[in-house]
Amino acid sequence: MKHIVIIITLLFFSFGEVAAQQTPADKQTEAISIVGATAHIGDGSVIENSTIVFENGKITAIGTKASTTTKGKVIDASGKHVYPGIIAPNTTLGLVEIGAVRATDDDSEIGLYNPHVRSIIAYNAESKIVESMRPSGVLIAQTTPRGGRISGTSSIVQLDAWNWEDAAMKIDDGIHINWPNPFTRGRWWMGEDPGYKPNKKYTEQITELEDFIKQAKATIQSNEKAYHLPHMAMKGAFDGTQNLYIHVESEKAILDVINFAQKHSLKNIVIVGGDEAYKVTAQLKAANIPVLLTRTHSTPNFEDDDYDQPYKNARILFDSGVLVGLQNSGQMERANARNLPFQAGTVAAHGLDKEKALQLITLNNAKILGIDTMAGTLAVGKDATLFISEGDALDMRTNQLDKAYIQGRDISLESHHTKLWKRYSKKYGK
Amino acid sequence: MKKLLVSLAVIGVCMSVHAQEYFPKNDGVKTTNSNYTVFTNATIHTTPDEFINKGTLVVQKGKIVAVGKSASIPKNSVVIDLQGKHIYPSFIDPFTNFGIEPPKGGGGSPYGGNPQYGPSREGHYWNDHIRAEINALDHFKYDDKKATEYIKEGFGAVNTHMPDGIVRGTGLLVALNNEGSEGERLISDRSAQFLSFEKSKESKQLYPTSLMGAMALLKQVYLDADWYSKGNVATKDQSLEAFIANKTLPQIFETDSRINGFRADKVGGTGGVQYIIVGGGDEYARIDKVKATNASYILPLDFPDAYDVTDPYAANLVSLGDMKHWNQAPTNPAALAKNGITFSITAHKLKKLEELQKNIMKAIEYGLDRKTAIKALTTVPAQLLGMGDQLGTLKNGAYANFLITKDELFTKDNVIYENWVQGSKNVINDMNIKEIKGEYDITLASKTYALSISGTAEKPKAEVKQGDLKLGSKIEYSNDWINLTFTDTDTTTTKYIRLIAAVKDNTDVLTGKAILANGAETSFMAKKKPATADSKDKKDNKDKDEKKPEVVPVTYPNKAYGAAQLPKAETILFKNATVWTNEADGVLQETDVLVKDGKIAQIGKNLSAGGAKVIDATGKHITAGIVDEHSHIAAAAINEAGHNSSAEVTIEDVVQPDDIDIYRNLAGGVTSIQILHGSANPIGGRSAIIKLKWGQDADNLIYSNTPKFIKFALGENVKQSNWQSFSRFPQSRMGVEQVYMDYFSRARAYEKAKKSGEPYRKDIELETLVEILNGERYISCHSYVQSEINMLMKVAESFGFRVNTFTHILEGYKVADKMAAHGVGGSTFSDWWAYKYEVNDAIPYNAAIMHKEGVTVAINSDDAEMARRLNQEAAKSVKYGGISEEDALKFVTLNPAKLLHIDDRVGSIKVGKDADLVLWTDHPLSIYSKAEKTLIEGAVYFDLEKDKAMRQSIAQQKNKLATMMLEAKNSGLKTQPAKKKEKQRFECNTLETIH
Repeated sequence: MKHIVIIITLLFFSFGEVAAQQTPADKQTEAISIVGATAHIGDGSVIENSTIVFENGKITAIGTKASTTTKGKVIDASGKHVYPGIIAPNTTLGLVEIGAVRATDDDSEIGLYNPHVRSIIAYNAESKIVESMRPSGVLIAQTTPRGGRISGTSSIVQLDAWNWEDAAMKIDDGIHINWPNPFTRGRWWMGEDPGYKPNKKYTEQITELEDFIKQAKATIQSNEKAYHLPHMAMKGAFDGTQNLYIHVESEKAILDVINFAQKHSLKNIVIVGGDEAYKVTAQLKAANIPVLLTRTHSTPNFEDDDYDQPYKNARILFDSGVLVGLQNSGQMERANARNLPFQAGTVAAHGLDKEKALQLITLNNAKILGIDTMAGTLAVGKDATLFISEGDALDMRTNQLDKAYIQGRDISLESHHTKLWKRYSKKYGK
Repeated sequence: MKKLLVSLAVIGVCMSVHAQEYFPKNDGVKTTNSNYTVFTNATIHTTPDEFINKGTLVVQKGKIVAVGKSASIPKNSVVIDLQGKHIYPSFIDPFTNFGIEPPKGGGGSPYGGNPQYGPSREGHYWNDHIRAEINALDHFKYDDKKATEYIKEGFGAVNTHMPDGIVRGTGLLVALNNEGSEGERLISDRSAQFLSFEKSKESKQLYPTSLMGAMALLKQVYLDADWYSKGNVATKDQSLEAFIANKTLPQIFETDSRINGFRADKVGGTGGVQYIIVGGGDEYARIDKVKATNASYILPLDFPDAYDVTDPYAANLVSLGDMKHWNQAPTNPAALAKNGITFSITAHKLKKLEELQKNIMKAIEYGLDRKTAIKALTTVPAQLLGMGDQLGTLKNGAYANFLITKDELFTKDNVIYENWVQGSKNVINDMNIKEIKGEYDITLASKTYALSISGTAEKPKAEVKQGDLKLGSKIEYSNDWINLTFTDTDTTTTKYIRLIAAVKDNTDVLTGKAILANGAETSFMAKKKPATADSKDKKDNKDKDEKKPEVVPVTYPNKAYGAAQLPKAETILFKNATVWTNEADGVLQETDVLVKDGKIAQIGKNLSAGGAKVIDATGKHITAGIVDEHSHIAAAAINEAGHNSSAEVTIEDVVQPDDIDIYRNLAGGVTSIQILHGSANPIGGRSAIIKLKWGQDADNLIYSNTPKFIKFALGENVKQSNWQSFSRFPQSRMGVEQVYMDYFSRARAYEKAKKSGEPYRKDIELETLVEILNGERYISCHSYVQSEINMLMKVAESFGFRVNTFTHILEGYKVADKMAAHGVGGSTFSDWWAYKYEVNDAIPYNAAIMHKEGVTVAINSDDAEMARRLNQEAAKSVKYGGISEEDALKFVTLNPAKLLHIDDRVGSIKVGKDADLVLWTDHPLSIYSKAEKTLIEGAVYFDLEKDKAMRQSIAQQKNKLATMMLEAKNSGLKTQPAKKKEKQRFECNTLETIH
């Protein structure tokens, strides 16, 4: 009975709150020119005192103010900064609303091998968490399933939409594999030491994954009409039309992944996590494997590690020529995804040039996710998914958005948060 | 063969010894053996400090009746000549569970299902883990096999107990006399009372779930025992009665680490008891503090095996701290000895008993003197157990428990021949064995082989050669028979030649039977060659060449980023900084700050250096050190979840000063934190407010005259919404209010009783609550939604006090006006939300709204990672709600200092305040800023340059220790698989993840 009561309350609550959701912006009808801002292109370069023009959702011109003709509505952004929309890979945005409330949880399935499971159809375009991304400049996200050995298939969405179809930028962009961990934790409740020790089943678990890959290939190659959803779902990963995201952390496991990919001729491998990727940069570069790095704002994995190891990992990979982007999975990952720009800021604080740090969460993320023809930089022909900030957007001190556009649409920067802020400020007469 | 002989001897002796004089006898005629056994001509080590040359020891009926240079030998004596041999008292192990099977328990998470909150027993103490009434004798079964193992290692008596529970009851002291009866062996059936911080496996009663809970429980038991002993309790409590009766016994407290030893000592202090502490083996790293406990120690000798670092990936798991401990642990006994700390040795924790002697030899190699080692096995344990006259010594009236040895104990070639216990002989090695060492020529089937026997008579080694060809060989030697097997000279096949010979008195010639490779039998003769003089010299030289083992130095703390010396307060002049004073002066440009004697001495332009170390801070910023109102780092326990109120526990008991997160927090500019209890219950535990003086002991981290705080909690965690547990009140916010009403009403009644002058039962929990009622202790209350926030303010008002701080307080913005009126502060997250239902309306504008309504606002971390960037979290208040930068910085410095009532010492840059400062490379609210130096009381605890140097040193040390471990492995020593140890965590860990 108690459960039923809770469910009813929740339903009531969520109906009540639908009205609070921001209405998606209308299609761009009039050309817009942003004039006078410092344009941070996203590829490492900057245009001071720039003009950016976009029409019908696409950027049509960008250059210095002196050399670029404005069109349509002109927005004076002198002294301000324009950035391409920040891209948050490997999130569970729209899949879970409240972590502790199971009924709102849609990010993982039971079973170990679920490549056929697709996140896009569960993506809640009206999530209150999704809208809270935008005031920090996060405008694009990969919505990614979790759990199992093969979690499922992710998709890429823009964050101002009526429904998932409307949100989709790239449906079923890739399949996510959780690589076996070479080290396991002791089970403290069984009286074991709670620390890490080598995983005795590591090889066995890899073999199992290997078997799945072989079986899937066999199914796909067969001339007969095979009916095996998980196997068939691997097709894109084998023919290179989909990315294969392999979530893996340690040095040894990353080397195993590289060998595994070569052995099975797996294309478009992306390492997700890669805490110790900084130790194997040469191998990653040689194999041309990009890395979506574990969140910068982490504590080091080992007691003896440099206190700033997670802060400088991205810089080390960048400097060694590995294609690297940032992501924010982990504890409270959805709410915190809006802090992705600041994670890039931290990378800059620890040695990477600021524009290159920005590149980590714009062009590099776009390249890795395979959406760089549409997004990732301020460039002619790409979507006009961008924002204007009062100051440096990688620093929370100055990240203050005036405007944000997704595919040219002038989106709302309001949220559940700003509504409550205004409501209570009004209550107190301030 | 040897074993068989021993057991035959056992049966033989049994007959004569077993019967008591008043026992009926039906299997023969009644006999009495009053004969004496006399040992002559031995060096008798009566105590570790005294010995008698060519002495005589007289034994009768299991006891020593005479010992001396010229003890008279009665006529009815069997005399054993021990010419050249030594006699020592047998060893005593004061800490075992010999003959006692501890309960296994069910395992599994204690929080699973519906946890058991009440006791399982009646007529006993309210907590099942207090088991003073347990008498180990009731659970004891003499274990012949185990006894034989102990005897082989030289033990004559062991103290054993039931290793289960916090108070474990009494143990027994038993002689390892396999031939004796229970009545003979039992030396004491109430030898000591045993204690620990571990719960009983016999009961699922949840409380205590934490180390600090176990400590608080024990403290309360001492108070309750006192109350009970004064006749104030009408009902019978068998546990307390036993506890009171056991008070006069030695109190042995088992711990697993140096720091838990300190904790035990602290608890003992509150009960007026000096425990004998079973140590953790890591005492050496803070030996002065170990000495300060004044406790005697019982040391385990489970020196860690080297980690197997062959696989460099696996080797990465092992921390420098663990590597150092491997290297340093064998110095532990020597460290105690050098500092005059009385200690005994236990074989407890050794996987195999036979490791004991080896590890004692290792401890000696690492600096322990032999005499102290012997004391630790004989006189010290005997004295600790109050048996100094009967055990561990060779004097009249003492038990005839003694060892006959070849040489002095713990010298290189010594062999224990016999271990006599209560006058019964146990042969360990044959003392009449004939020396067969030497070079022999074997003549066999018209061939001559060269045989070289080396090693000791007990463990001989053989090498057989024909010409230059070395043959595979194996030798066995016992009971005067020698067996030698070696391979044939034909190396194309494997065939063996076997020789067997009885060793006669003249060992110059060995003759016997040979079985050749082809199976033919023949006789052989081996003739010893005269010994050459130089072979002995060679050996002596070799001994001299043996190096002292290399031991890496202890640091503060004794792990990565530990310093060789603790930082000291310096006189430092920062020049030309941007100084964020947090005072009326605001932000001062190009200003100097002088730090002296741990205080801020001067602030101004162009200050003169005097003798100060000058630091050019041009372009840099100085702020007060960051204060984190809500932290859980540096603690060995966080949640006492066993009751809905745990006001009796204090985090001060479990501060963990070696937590690497302290160093990492310093690197983020944090200097002071409040370690709060978790949020498992409406009334949580008391806080520890500490400074992050990395390397110092726990007591030195805690603020002097610290303000008193306690954690309260509201909402989902205390009503246990997010895990399966339905057996504890409260399960709703309605119930939470009533918990407070109940406890505060009781506290009021308690105070009244206390003030009445009548006797009252002292209750640590209620004492704490009375402090709250009287405004002497402040509440920091975990809170989320407006209803509950409002409720607690009303409860407090109805009892006439004020809530000091709401922490988290994510809906504070909804009741900010009420909070301001109540006078409570708000310590919040900058932008956390959506992880559970009660934070669904959490907004990042919370801090700004509360601030504008006049609430003192802080931003806290509740997270070891975010704590490293609290300045940036404060900066989010600029983004969300337009707070001024100066005010934003105060959210993580002055305001939390105010909330913690430490703003008279820290939180701003003002002359006279503690020099807890951070030198930033950039604007302190900027993401691009790094802490360059972090000072506490004028001492530099973090410095970017020093950090860089330490990284190199860590890599070098690890490489050096890894090399030493590889050497150990290659020399055949055992290794353990590489592993990463985690911080000591308790069951509450699962709850800890819930905020």
